[in-house]
Amino acid sequence: MGGLEEMKTIFNYFKEIYLGIITLLKGMKVTGHYFIRPGDIVTQRYPENRDTLEIADRFKGEVVMPHDEENFHKCTGCGICEMNCPNGSIEIITKREPNEDGKPVRMIDKHIYHLSMCTFCGLCVKTCPQDALEFSQEFEHAVFDRNKLTKVLNKPGSSLKKKEIKK
Amino acid sequence: MSMNIYDMSTITSAIDTSLKANLSPFWAITTELVLVGLVVLTFYAILGLFLVYAERKVCAVMQNRLGPDRVGPKGIFQTIADLIKLITKELINIKNADNFLFNVAPFIVVIATFMAIAAIPFAKGLQAVDFNIGVFYVIAVSSLGVVGILIAGWSSNSKYSLIGAMRSGAQVISYELSVGLSLLSVVIFSGTMQLSTIVESQADGWWLFKGHIPVLISFVIFLIASTAETNRGPFDLAEAESELTAGFHTEYSGIKFAFFFLAEYINMFIVAAMATTVFLGGWMPFHIFGFTAFNHIMDYIPPIVWFFGKAGLMVFVIMWFKWTFPRLRIDQLLTLEWKYLLPINLINTLFIAFIVLMGWYFK
Repeated sequence: MGGLEEMKTIFNYFKEIYLGIITLLKGMKVTGHYFIRPGDIVTQRYPENRDTLEIADRFKGEVVMPHDEENFHKCTGCGICEMNCPNGSIEIITKREPNEDGKPVRMIDKHIYHLSMCTFCGLCVKTCPQDALEFSQEFEHAVFDRNKLTKVLNKPGSSLKKKEIKK
Repeated sequence: MSMNIYDMSTITSAIDTSLKANLSPFWAITTELVLVGLVVLTFYAILGLFLVYAERKVCAVMQNRLGPDRVGPKGIFQTIADLIKLITKELINIKNADNFLFNVAPFIVVIATFMAIAAIPFAKGLQAVDFNIGVFYVIAVSSLGVVGILIAGWSSNSKYSLIGAMRSGAQVISYELSVGLSLLSVVIFSGTMQLSTIVESQADGWWLFKGHIPVLISFVIFLIASTAETNRGPFDLAEAESELTAGFHTEYSGIKFAFFFLAEYINMFIVAAMATTVFLGGWMPFHIFGFTAFNHIMDYIPPIVWFFGKAGLMVFVIMWFKWTFPRLRIDQLLTLEWKYLLPINLINTLFIAFIVLMGWYFK
């Protein structure tokens, strides 16, 4: 029986070598396949392809407040985004002005957004009850002056869009 | 002095005779030594720069990247920029390091590669020294480099360096055997150790084809063992970035680090050049027996192109290994050598001796 065991050991020795070579060749086939197909390259040549650059909709570039053509936005100045911001990137300044009925109403004066402090967590966008905020795909944020990173999101002269009351 | 790219000895002998006619024998020899030294130095520098660039490009394409492409067209000046950066960097003195050995180590590594390059026949007559024990000389000299690595690891006074150097020592001592034995197979076939004669013995066919299966086995073993001997991936345990920071050259900076880096790449070329010379016919063109017209066209390609083409192919294969295979553990490394490569190699050498005795190969 000893002879059979030895035969088995010798057979396994060569089997191991054979399997080793096969698996190594498999690996080399994969890398060799990539080598002869440079078309698969995923690197983006960024400054050159800036015009044709496609950025996914889900990309969180910076927080913006969309305005429509008549300069209306949806922000009521409730301050929920300010409360939810984990690192204090948002400051809401509100004002009280009379509406058409003459009643003083709280509305947004300045929605201040510190891009330099933002971690792009997206809590402000998620928690806004009016869906007034969203992310833009803008990503080239480098500036020479730090003050330029503090932005006012509501445009000057803009106001809250009136909700159409369903009758 | 006519330029004959098919036989470089016309140029070298013309320079030799003109020097000897104008100068005393001592100065003629001195001038020749200086000339050869300058040529080798220039070649060394250009080769190092090119190989680093080639490695980065090859690895990039294999990983679906572009690699360096900003400095110059397709990034060809990237390594020159890197070299300038390395030269201008500070050489940091290590506290409690053995300063003399610390400074000497990179030179030992570089000198070992220099000495090996001298014996390689690049084309007909283009060989600095043609020893009658060329194969033995190259094996001996290329293993000198490990002395530099051991000194570097010891003198750095750093645990990473020491572990890296010890690994390298164990590795080179083991794999040296396989490299020697696999080269021995062709020495048995050609009956000489002189590199130029080995190349000439392949005029009618490379040993890889003439020696069929046993030479193919020793060629594969040579590739594996020599990759290990040059401390390149997948056998780069001496460096092992992920475990040992940078292994034996952890404490080196600036141009001293660049020497180690350069030596690694030149070693890769030397290994490729040895594989070319011994197994792939050196600067001999590719001939197929019976195809006279085809052979004639192949003869038109100059030997130096053949040599660098084959060596480049071998360099590519070694790079291919590095960027495909994961690093071996130290026990796996020694198992591979002592349990697999060495026994196979010994039996293969015996087999080759038998084959040569019986004449069972293509002559």
